[in-house]
Amino acid sequence: MANASVVNRRDFLKKSAAGGAALVIGFHLTGGAFAQDAAQQEKKPPNPFDAWVRITPDNRATLILGKSEMGQGIMTALPMILAEELCLDWKNVKIEQAPTNPKIYDHGTGGSGSVAGSWLPLRRAGAAAREMLVTAAAQKWEVSPDTCKAENGQVVHGHPQRYLSYGELVEAASKLPIPNLNTVPLKNSDDFTVVGRDTRRFEGRDKATGAAKFGIDSRVPGMLFAVVARCPVFGGKVASFDATKTKAVPGVRDVIQFETSGRGASTTGGIAVLADNSWAAMQGRKALEVKWEEGPAANESTAELHKQFLANAAKPGKVVRNDGDADSVLGSSPKKIEAAYELPFAPHACMEPMNCTVQIRPDGAEAWVPTQAPQWAQGVIAEAAKLPAEKVIVHTTLMGGGFGRRYQADFVMEAAQVAAKSAGKPVMVLWTREDDMQHGFYRPASYHKLQGALDANGNLAAWKHFQTSTSIAAKWSPKGEDDPGLGEFGTGATIPYATSNIRIEYTLAHSSVPRAWWRSVEHSSSGFVVESFIDELAAAVGQDPLAFRVKLIGVDRKIPQFGEERADYHPLDTARLKGVLQLAAEKAGWGKPLPRGQGRGIATFYSFQSYTAAVAEASVKDGAIKVHRLVYAVDCGRPINPEGVRAQVESAAIYGLSAALHDAITISGGRVEQSNFNDYQMPRMSETPKTEVHVVMSKEEPTGIGEPGLPVVVPAVCNAIFAATGKRIRRLPLRSEDLA
Amino acid sequence: MAISFTLNGKAQSVDVSPDMPLLWVLRDTLNMTGTKFGCGMALCGACTVHINGEATRSCITAISSVAGKKVTTIEGLSADGSHPVQQAWMEEDVPQCGYCQSGQIMSAVALLTKKPSPTDADIDDAMSGNICRCGTYQRIRKAIHRAASIKGGKAKSAV
Repeated sequence: MANASVVNRRDFLKKSAAGGAALVIGFHLTGGAFAQDAAQQEKKPPNPFDAWVRITPDNRATLILGKSEMGQGIMTALPMILAEELCLDWKNVKIEQAPTNPKIYDHGTGGSGSVAGSWLPLRRAGAAAREMLVTAAAQKWEVSPDTCKAENGQVVHGHPQRYLSYGELVEAASKLPIPNLNTVPLKNSDDFTVVGRDTRRFEGRDKATGAAKFGIDSRVPGMLFAVVARCPVFGGKVASFDATKTKAVPGVRDVIQFETSGRGASTTGGIAVLADNSWAAMQGRKALEVKWEEGPAANESTAELHKQFLANAAKPGKVVRNDGDADSVLGSSPKKIEAAYELPFAPHACMEPMNCTVQIRPDGAEAWVPTQAPQWAQGVIAEAAKLPAEKVIVHTTLMGGGFGRRYQADFVMEAAQVAAKSAGKPVMVLWTREDDMQHGFYRPASYHKLQGALDANGNLAAWKHFQTSTSIAAKWSPKGEDDPGLGEFGTGATIPYATSNIRIEYTLAHSSVPRAWWRSVEHSSSGFVVESFIDELAAAVGQDPLAFRVKLIGVDRKIPQFGEERADYHPLDTARLKGVLQLAAEKAGWGKPLPRGQGRGIATFYSFQSYTAAVAEASVKDGAIKVHRLVYAVDCGRPINPEGVRAQVESAAIYGLSAALHDAITISGGRVEQSNFNDYQMPRMSETPKTEVHVVMSKEEPTGIGEPGLPVVVPAVCNAIFAATGKRIRRLPLRSEDLA
Repeated sequence: MAISFTLNGKAQSVDVSPDMPLLWVLRDTLNMTGTKFGCGMALCGACTVHINGEATRSCITAISSVAGKKVTTIEGLSADGSHPVQQAWMEEDVPQCGYCQSGQIMSAVALLTKKPSPTDADIDDAMSGNICRCGTYQRIRKAIHRAASIKGGKAKSAV
């Protein structure tokens, strides 16, 4: 099984009934559990379960996956955890995407949290199922369960050994009481055979043969394909339109004006052109004559935003954090350094453009959605369809990239509104690349003023970080103003560099440009700013950037993340941070000579509870930068699939560079100036540095890895440029005049 | 008016607007969704197919220009994923989100047909038109070298 077939719960029960008894273990994060045959289960009221395990008489085990696969490898890592505790034969593990039911599943996939959040629940579920299968075998053989052992999808006993497969045991096991999930014995990690082993991704074959089905590949009998004309200015609306020419385009079936509103709306709606195929819909849209009411955002521009940044930076911001008295130390320090950094809006640019397929009938709705948030999609469709959520079936498909963009519901809302007006016909609303580039949610644009004071011994006497940005929080607050500021710093407000005087200030910058979570979110800017500035401080006192960092990180200690209130959030462990810093440096050959013209830069960062460091080797020739090599060290706790960890870090490196090397999203006349991959360039094969990722084989609890590779890459490269040329890069993307 | 061509070795005829790009004929008319839409302007390579053996961006190729020609899509490389390039892709665990990989593979197959043992520079050249947002380029490079070895009989497929 390589394809993540989508089954709904009813199908699953039918299949189970056809296949005989099935052992179903459900579990919730709080630890409740049950197992019984599937038919009985159906009679129970909905339970708040998080995921499911199904073992069938054919000796296959299926994990029903509540999380979404967008390339981050969750379809492989989560089954590995389960297979480990359940002692499954990896060949016999299957996956099915869960039906959307927020009462049972914790669907949202983001924050690099799927493995961290599923680690214990999945282990406990697997262990409970294993115990029950062992007990069932022991009862059959009339021996003590202590003398039986689970391995490779079967229970074994005695000398000479006898065997019973899980498939043979499942019916009896399903009738046994459930072990207490909080006390069920978990495997000793020394005995792990699946977790920690390099494992190829589950759906790799389908992705190499074209068989993998993404949202855009959804095909439903009778469906129409639609594209939407939207006001190019954010917040603008349709004033009037004439669809006469559109309706004359062969293949065009309908033209529908619609509006969107409420939480999740981003565009105000628009005019959908529905056709027999995508091409005809696009041709129809070209023929549409629309007058837009552009609204108040029509004067917005990147130049104006920059002025706003400078004006904000000239005044004190709201105090986010204040330890000691940074201002007076800075005022009296003989060695004071100051620098300002600026980062632009950045697009997600998922290779699969946004799309969503919805069919709304009077008695129910069904949707095929490439989404990180199926529960939100379900709610949005229910509202448009005027149906209760449980009448809306959402099939979560594979995603051609997510990166935070597909946590939004705007593309779902548009499709739902169009489907609600299309007389029961299924409709795919497809975004073109231009739509995707110009109507996204962007990484906030930000401006940072950093000040640091060094004492006579080269220690950090004071650190001050002022930021003004078009925050994410303000985008999502009803009034657009409610912004605590801290969220825009992330761990940037918890620097690992020891100082008694730290002051963090923030001022909101106003913009109509939609903002949201972009891979690594606020850490993408904090990593660049903090790790560039610490490098500037090292240079100011003539110290080696690695030695300076290690010295300033100081003694081994655990630093609670400032403002983080989650009880289970691990504090920053400076020993682990130094560990990755020194590992990356060692593997990169820090201090060894480089070819003429090349420089070496380093950066380290803690995000999503994981530790990363990177060393970059770069050179500049004729105003163009070349990154020759990247050496990473990462500590994300126990790596479930080390190969998957390496792949994620390689990926985050290129993703990070994409917002630094070439283009930015810029605004003029209230609209995005870029439209496609000609004016928004992304890194290509020839720009890919040789990248090594060294994974710490930690035994700590697993933490995130989809995003943490990102924050260090840009500062490492920029610090390498400084080492090579003496030029500091303080604004992104890189401009040739800053390199000259 | 019907337009006839050979698709993955079989005769195919479609009755569509002659200016409709091959990409949309494949995806929406014939429901062959392995070939992907990425940009619509031949900028990203997600839609790459072979026309008479040449790697071609199907998103800007009018169906009328395909009449009488041989089209190969990702579905036509092998019935079972056994093509050496597909094998190499699996062995190097190249795909992440996987969306661009049909196009990457079709570009790589075309390269290896012309240059059975490509250098890194050949790979940079041939693959520069294919964008991967997950940044799998390093693995693509390794997979192309591996496929060259498999094809040349220097390595056996392990998948």
